[in-house]
Amino acid sequence: MPAELSRTGNDQGDHPGNDPGGALTRLAREESGRVLALLARRFGDLDLADESVQDALADAARTWPQRGVPANPAGWLLTVARRNAIDRLRRTSSARRRTMAAAAELAAGGDEPSAARGPLLVDDPGDPAVDDDRLRLMLLCCHPALGREAQVALILRLVGGLSSSEIAAAFLVPEATLAQRIVRAKRKIRDAGIPLRIPADLDTRIEVVLSVLYLVFNEGYLSRSDSGDVVRVDLVDEAVRLTGLLATLVPDHAEVIGLLALQRFHRARLATRTDALGDLVLLDHQDRARWDRGEIVAANALLHQAIGRMRPGPYQLQAVIAGYHANAPTAADTDWPGIAAAYRHLVAMTGSPVVQVNHAVAVAMFDGPAAGLAVLDTLHGVDGYHLFHAARAELLARAGRPAEAVAAFARARDLTGNPAERRHLLRRMEESHPAGGDGGGAP
Amino acid sequence: MAVSDQADPLKEITTMEYMILIHSDEHAEVPGPGTPEFDQMMAGWMAYNQRLIDGGHWIAGASLQPTATATTVHKSVGAEPAVTDGPFAETKEQLGGFYLVSAADLDQAIELATAIPIPFASFEIRPVAFRPDAG
Repeated sequence: MPAELSRTGNDQGDHPGNDPGGALTRLAREESGRVLALLARRFGDLDLADESVQDALADAARTWPQRGVPANPAGWLLTVARRNAIDRLRRTSSARRRTMAAAAELAAGGDEPSAARGPLLVDDPGDPAVDDDRLRLMLLCCHPALGREAQVALILRLVGGLSSSEIAAAFLVPEATLAQRIVRAKRKIRDAGIPLRIPADLDTRIEVVLSVLYLVFNEGYLSRSDSGDVVRVDLVDEAVRLTGLLATLVPDHAEVIGLLALQRFHRARLATRTDALGDLVLLDHQDRARWDRGEIVAANALLHQAIGRMRPGPYQLQAVIAGYHANAPTAADTDWPGIAAAYRHLVAMTGSPVVQVNHAVAVAMFDGPAAGLAVLDTLHGVDGYHLFHAARAELLARAGRPAEAVAAFARARDLTGNPAERRHLLRRMEESHPAGGDGGGAP
Repeated sequence: MAVSDQADPLKEITTMEYMILIHSDEHAEVPGPGTPEFDQMMAGWMAYNQRLIDGGHWIAGASLQPTATATTVHKSVGAEPAVTDGPFAETKEQLGGFYLVSAADLDQAIELATAIPIPFASFEIRPVAFRPDAG
């Protein structure tokens, strides 16, 4: 077999025969995006590449349980997917246009993948060609001409190797809806002529990819408390994996490493974020002994590496803030002036109301609730934003103004749809009530 | 490879055609003829058009009279066609002109649309599905 796609060969020991299901999942996650990217460029046709890879994976699911897992699953995938693509091209009556684009590929002897195709198929870690293919594919999935939902679905499916049903389950949408979304997006890519190439404005386009990966991470992070379903794909892990991949593809981009650091700081605390009932546990009540130290150490190193690039950005600043929290041995040790300073920079950079609210909360942590409320009072256009009211309610409670606090908690609760957050706000409302609770002393 | 007939088959796979619809506020102030600002504005348009021609992008382009001159014909089955004054929908931005361009892909079309010398406008980019007079 000519193809040697396996980058690290990290699971060389365990693939033969006995675990086709596991080998197949690994193949889909780790190699299908790479094979797809390579074929999409070679044939100049994303849809063709995708269908061919899907067919090959289906073929593997059908035949591996009986015949066993091939010695080199990645090479097998590339060979079979490539043959599928050529078969499809030959079958398609309107293939002339495709045939033109794929002329080189067909001319090189499509039926004989083992002959003379070596250089194309070799993928060693230093080979920039396949890395560029994958970067192009990531940028294509996150092209600004595609809607946000389509970008998310495409990057998870085409780069991440998740199936439509896995993505649908992760986002709690019907599988047909998700499949339709992908079909429409691929159709737009084809009909509108969205290109598979590295754009001139690479930095701006990478920012779009980062925003997509950030959204995927947040979806996984925030929705986790709603479902005890272990079968659901973990979007947190998928986002970390894809951000890590992007970091290897564009190693000089500080914000990519910044986002990766941010995600890993958050992932370190994931297990303590909700209690046994699925209710939110606030940062200062989380069991810090259960935070993942290895993850925090890795995130610290990434953040250090990102900051060393001397190209500050919003993800790095958010990682700085998450790092202050993750590295504080107790809640009381938290460096709030440092956090407030990072938020101040972030406000200057983004102007986001979310960040402004967080800045006010950080100020209150070292300068008292009145100082925080004073910052909140300067904000405009945040009345429909539930976290503004939640933050204000907490500060009012701490400032000894329980009646106002209860009203603000109620407003916050009315504005959020997340069940865990609603439960939390209701509890805080009851605790803050002038007649009951502790009348506002911070726990 | 067995490739049939066309004079330049590669052209077909390397270019696409896009309609760029220019939506802008037709009440925005523009400099009057005879002023230096007007000359500057026209120079911008001439330079842009020349860029399209020199780059092989030009197919067609036009600016339109304001919507006050527009007439809409509504057709439906079983009724006489109705002719009414004005454009179909009232919006802040109106269709003010268009370019029909040839471009390698959407990214290039976006680049061409962005370079259109109007400071405040939206440019809707639509791939051409079929054009009977395409050469």
